[in-house]
Amino acid sequence: MSWFRRDKPKIEGQKDGEDQTVRTEGIFVKCSECDTALYKRELRESNQVCIHCGHHFRLGARERLELLFDEGAYEPLDEEVTSDDPLDFVDSKPYKQRIKEAQEKSGLPEAIISGKGLVGGHKVYAGAMDMSFIGGSMGSAVGEKITRLIERAMKTDGAVIIFSASGGARMQEGTLSLMQMAKISVALARLHDAGLPFISVLTDPTTGGVTASFAMLGDVIIGEPKALIGFAGPRVIEQTIRQKLPKGFQRSEFLLEHGMLDMVVDRREMKDTIVRLLDFMMKKDD
Amino acid sequence: MDTSNESAFERVQRARHPQRPYALDIFEHVFTDFKELHGDRRFADDPAIVAGFARIDGTEVAVIGQQKGRDTNQRRHRNFGMPKPEGYRKALRIMKLAEKFSRPIITFVDTPGAYPGIDAEERGQAEAIAYNLREMAHLRVPTIIVVLGEGGSGGALAIGIGDRVLMFENAVYSVISPEGCAAILFKDATRAEKAANSLKLTASDLQALSIIDEIVPETQEWEFSEDSAEEFSANKVTAGLKAVLLRHLRELGKITKEDLLEKRFEKFRAMGKWAGA
Ligand SMILES: [Zn+2]
Repeated sequence: MSWFRRDKPKIEGQKDGEDQTVRTEGIFVKCSECDTALYKRELRESNQVCIHCGHHFRLGARERLELLFDEGAYEPLDEEVTSDDPLDFVDSKPYKQRIKEAQEKSGLPEAIISGKGLVGGHKVYAGAMDMSFIGGSMGSAVGEKITRLIERAMKTDGAVIIFSASGGARMQEGTLSLMQMAKISVALARLHDAGLPFISVLTDPTTGGVTASFAMLGDVIIGEPKALIGFAGPRVIEQTIRQKLPKGFQRSEFLLEHGMLDMVVDRREMKDTIVRLLDFMMKKDD
Repeated sequence: MDTSNESAFERVQRARHPQRPYALDIFEHVFTDFKELHGDRRFADDPAIVAGFARIDGTEVAVIGQQKGRDTNQRRHRNFGMPKPEGYRKALRIMKLAEKFSRPIITFVDTPGAYPGIDAEERGQAEAIAYNLREMAHLRVPTIIVVLGEGGSGGALAIGIGDRVLMFENAVYSVISPEGCAAILFKDATRAEKAANSLKLTASDLQALSIIDEIVPETQEWEFSEDSAEEFSANKVTAGLKAVLLRHLRELGKITKEDLLEKRFEKFRAMGKWAGA
């Protein structure tokens, strides 16, 4: 199947004609940053990073964990923990229906997938959030899954790694969602007291209650290039201060400059970087 | 007075009313000998958070709260009760002082939310809130939270981790303002009333959801006049508070530090409702 070569010259954008777009659909995807048409397969092999401009496409939760764990192998955890509808919440549609549609559309049981396995030989409990599930929002189920992940790590002296991608707390569960920030942070206090590592990786976008809780509590905090990271969303800030935001505001590089991140890491270097950090943070069990 | 049949949105309006007592009013009326402490020792002093030492019935405590203003100048000075990172860092600094000198902590929550601005983001608003959540989890002194007026999301929670969470009868505590929720989910900011109801943000709602421990009753008659700020009377709203605080301080004082932390952890650990085992 290796009919293409990695060092293939730059592919021209398919700019003219509907026909071409239709014919190439399924094989190509256009980079939203540099407009280059990329082979889907090529993109997959580069971990969904544009090989021309380095743009990081959003990555699904399961793919994220596969890239992290050694040989892509991990044991999924707490998949039965899913969202309920504690407030009988109805907006433009009932929350119950929203959950069901999100599950069908994303193929995921919840906005975070968690699992355990080895990373560079280290025992790791990892979670990855997914924007395609109600905007990666955090409700009770997400809070419970992350808390269990932390507790499992504490039981077996493992490390915790969480890849965030979230618009924040899930409105449809009201104050219960807000309290997940508390619940997870309290669990992280214990992990911290136990001397176990927590690496937080912030991907595009991470905002609101997720940023203002566990995402900013990593022993080491990593951002993916150009990821939007903030407490308030850019639109809320613009409405408050009634002016346009400066270019690059709330992007990873901006946070790095302001001392809020340890590093900005290309996704293709992510695993090696994490293994390097774990080597420092984990005790060798011989 | 019995206000159990009031709509959620009426309570939101009461929680925001300038006639309500603010943190400094409580420090003055319920406590004695308040001595304010300023600054986060890192960047600035944030007037949206007030903190210091006080006494309640002779007992030394640290008191901390978000502070709003009543007139235009005061409102601006207090940034409408919306703290910046330095405010949250000041709050934690005072909490750590209380821990160092083995004094209980009482916090008063009253904010529309943490300030959403360029400077706040630059200085790490999210980190400041997150760090407080984690550090409050293992403060080795009794900590009581009182939701006084508006409990506006993460900006409120940032001083909201403790052994007891009490809430005034007409206070609200929510993940998002009803107006914000209406604008995003109902695509119509004028439907705030419906959103307020859906969000289950009143004291009785939150007691039923096991998020708060106790409702502090209010004796204030809510007949607002145009110049209500002049008629403000903290005593009416807060008459019952002192006895409630003393009771909880007494109870918490009997618990060992280890048990205190264990119970605090279990309290927040239990929050949330989900499907599946
Ligand atoms: Zn590109």
